[in-house]
Amino acid sequence: MIYLIVFLPLLGFLFSSIIGNKLNNKFSQYITSGFLILSAFFSWIIFYKFLINKENIDLIMINWINSGDFKVDWAIRIDALSIIMLMVVSNISALIHIYSIGYMSKDPSIPRFMGYLSLFTFFMLALVTSNNLLQLFFGWEGVGLASYLLIGFWHHKETANNAAIKAFIVNRIGDFSFVIGIVGIYFIFGTLEFDEIFNQVDLYKESQFNFVGIEISTLNFLCTLLFIGAMGKSAQIGLHVWLPDAMEGPTPVSALIHAATMVTAGVFMVARMSPLFISANTASNIIILIGALTAIFAALIALTQNDIKKVIAYSTCSQLGYMFVAAGVGAYNAAIFHLTTHAFFKALLFLSAGSVIHALGNEQNMQKMGGLAKKIPITASMMWIGSLAIIGFPFLSGYYSKESIIESAYFANTSFGNLAYYVGIITSGLTAFYSWRLIFLTFYGKNRSEQDLFNKAHESPLVMIFPLILLSFGSIFVGVVCYDLFIGNNSINFWGNSIIVIEKYSNHMPFTQLLLGKLFISIGIILATVFYFYRNDLPKKLSTKYNYLYNILINKFYFDFIYNKIFVISSHNLGKLLWKQGDEKTIDGFGPDGLSKVIDKLSLIAGRFQTGYLYHYAFVMLIGLVGFLTWYLYV
Amino acid sequence: MIISLEHYLILGAIVFTLGVLGIFLNKKNVIIILMSIELILLSVNINLVAFSSYLGEISGQIFSMFVLTVAAAEAAIGLAILVVFFRHNGTISVEDINKMKG
Repeated sequence: MIYLIVFLPLLGFLFSSIIGNKLNNKFSQYITSGFLILSAFFSWIIFYKFLINKENIDLIMINWINSGDFKVDWAIRIDALSIIMLMVVSNISALIHIYSIGYMSKDPSIPRFMGYLSLFTFFMLALVTSNNLLQLFFGWEGVGLASYLLIGFWHHKETANNAAIKAFIVNRIGDFSFVIGIVGIYFIFGTLEFDEIFNQVDLYKESQFNFVGIEISTLNFLCTLLFIGAMGKSAQIGLHVWLPDAMEGPTPVSALIHAATMVTAGVFMVARMSPLFISANTASNIIILIGALTAIFAALIALTQNDIKKVIAYSTCSQLGYMFVAAGVGAYNAAIFHLTTHAFFKALLFLSAGSVIHALGNEQNMQKMGGLAKKIPITASMMWIGSLAIIGFPFLSGYYSKESIIESAYFANTSFGNLAYYVGIITSGLTAFYSWRLIFLTFYGKNRSEQDLFNKAHESPLVMIFPLILLSFGSIFVGVVCYDLFIGNNSINFWGNSIIVIEKYSNHMPFTQLLLGKLFISIGIILATVFYFYRNDLPKKLSTKYNYLYNILINKFYFDFIYNKIFVISSHNLGKLLWKQGDEKTIDGFGPDGLSKVIDKLSLIAGRFQTGYLYHYAFVMLIGLVGFLTWYLYV
Repeated sequence: MIISLEHYLILGAIVFTLGVLGIFLNKKNVIIILMSIELILLSVNINLVAFSSYLGEISGQIFSMFVLTVAAAEAAIGLAILVVFFRHNGTISVEDINKMKG
C-alpha cells in the first residue's frame, strides 16, 4: 500500500502520456485523478495506522548504487514527518487533479497536462519518502523538471517558455549548492542515509576545517550549503525571482507548485535535516535572517501587484519566509505545521483565483475586475475563507500555525529571533493588507471589466467548486485538529525522532505582545478597507505622491532588473562571443568547414586531370605500365 | 642472311611502337586508335610465334591463336560501339570526344 501511494501517480503519468492521446481525453482525466484519489486515500490509512502504532517504517525497495563504501537504496521511509508530507501532497494534489478536469476542459492537450501533474506529484512523493539524501535529490530535481514542463505548458506563449527556463535556471543555482552540500555530507559522514548521519552529528559538532586561512565550522558550512539549495527551491529572497514568473503556467499548476509540491520541498528538507541544523547556529541564524527578509520583502511587493495570481505568489514567498523563520529558531514542528495549513489555504486561494480567472475568460488583472461577489458568490466566499485563514484570523488554521511561529521566534530570545519576531508581526499586517486589497479589488466596488465579459461571468462547474469546498474545510479546521499533534502537548510523542522538537514553552506570550500582533493585522485590514472600499481614489493619490517608493515596490525591488543587467546580459554576451568566435570561427573554421573547403580545392585540382581525351588516358596507362615494368625488372 | 630471332623481335618492337604512337599522335579518328590497338596485339603475336619456333614449344602458337580471337572480338565490339557513338554524336573525331573532362 505504501508503494501504491508513491507509484500510483507515476502510473497515472505513464498512462496518460503513453496511451492517453489515443483515447478520449476523459480517460486521462479520470484515470490520473482516480489514481491520485486512491493514493490520497491510502495515505489516510497509513496515517491512521501510524497514529495507532507510532512506528517508523523503512522499506528498502532496491539497492540503487553500490560502489565501494558508497551505498544508496531506493527506500520509502515512513515517519511522522514524511507521513504528514504524504498526506499534504497526495490530498492537495488529488483535489487539484479534480479541479483541473474542469479548469483545463477546453485545452487541446489534456492528457499531457494531467500526466505532468501526476509526474510532479510522484517526484514530490519520492522526495518526501526518501531515507537518504540522494533519493531526496532525485525527487528534488524531478520536481524541478516537472515544474519546468508545467510552467511552460502553454509553450506557444513566449513568456511561458521564458518563465519555465527562468524557473529551471534559478533552481539550478540553488541545486548546485545543494549538491555540494550533499557531497560534503558524504565526505564528512561517509554516508547519505539520514539515520546514520544523525547518529554521527554529535561527533562533528565542534569540528572545523581550514579554508584559505579561515577556520570554518563544518556543520555550519554544510547546513548553509543545504539551505542555499532550499532557498532556490523555496523561493527565498535572492533566488525567489522564478516564483512570480511561474504564474505563466495554468492556475492548477501554480496551486500545485505553491501549496503541495516544489516550494515546500525546501522547508521539508530543512526539517528533515533538523538534527544537523539544530547544531549549526550560524546557519540557523542565516536561515532566520533570510526567512524574515523574504517574509517582509515579498509582502511589500505583494502590496502593489495587480495580477491576481502574482499577489498570491508573493504571498507564498512571504509565508515561506515565515516557515524558514520557524525552522531557523528551531521550531521545526511549527514550520511543518505552517507548511501544512499553508498548503490548504494557499491551494484554496489559487484555485479560487483560478475560478475567478475562469469566470472572466482568462483576465488576470485585478484592476479590470471588481464587483464579482454577486456574480460568483461561492468563489467569493472561498476566497474570503482562504484570506481569513492566511492572515491568521482567530481559530482558522493560519491562526494557529502563524501564531506558533511568531511565538517561537519571540521565545528564541536571540537578537535574530527578536528581529524575526518584529518582522513577522509587521508582515502579518502587510499580509492582511494585500489579502484584503485582493478581495476588494476583485469582488467588490464597481465593475471595471468590459460589460459583456462581466455579464457573462458565471460560477465555475461543480467539478471545480467541489475541491474548493473541501479545501475550505481544510483551511478552517486543519489548524484546530492538528494543533495538539503538531505543536501541542502531544507533539513530542507524535514527532518521535523524525524531527527535533524543542520542549514547549510553558508560559504564553505576554498579553501586550499578543495584542501587538493582532493590532498590526487589524491595521492592515482597516487600511485596506479604507483604501480599496471607501476611498478608491486614495491609492492613486498615494502612489503618485510617494512615486519613488511605489516604483520600487511595483518593480519588485528591481531584482529582475539587476539580475538581468548583471547575469543575463553578461552571460548572453559571453555566449555570443563563444558562439561567434569560439564555435563558428575556431572549431567550425578549422574543423568541418575548413576540412570541406580543403577537400573542395583538392578535388578541383584532381578534376583537372580528367581532360576527357582518350589519348591522354591511354598515355597515362602506358606510362603507368612502363613504370610498373621498370619497377619489377630493376628493383 | 639468316633471319634470326632478333629480327623477329625487332620487327615486333617496331610494330608495337608504331601502334603506341598511333594511339597518341592520332587526333582525327577513333578507328585509327582501334587499328593501333590491333597493331600492338599483332606485335605481341609476332613475339609469341617467334619465341615458339625458337624454343620448339607449341604453347606460344596456341596463345597467339587466343590473342587473335580476342583481338577479333575486341575489334567487333569496338566498331559496334563506334557505330552507335557516331549515330549519337554525329562524329568520331578524337578531338570532340571529351565528355569525361573533369
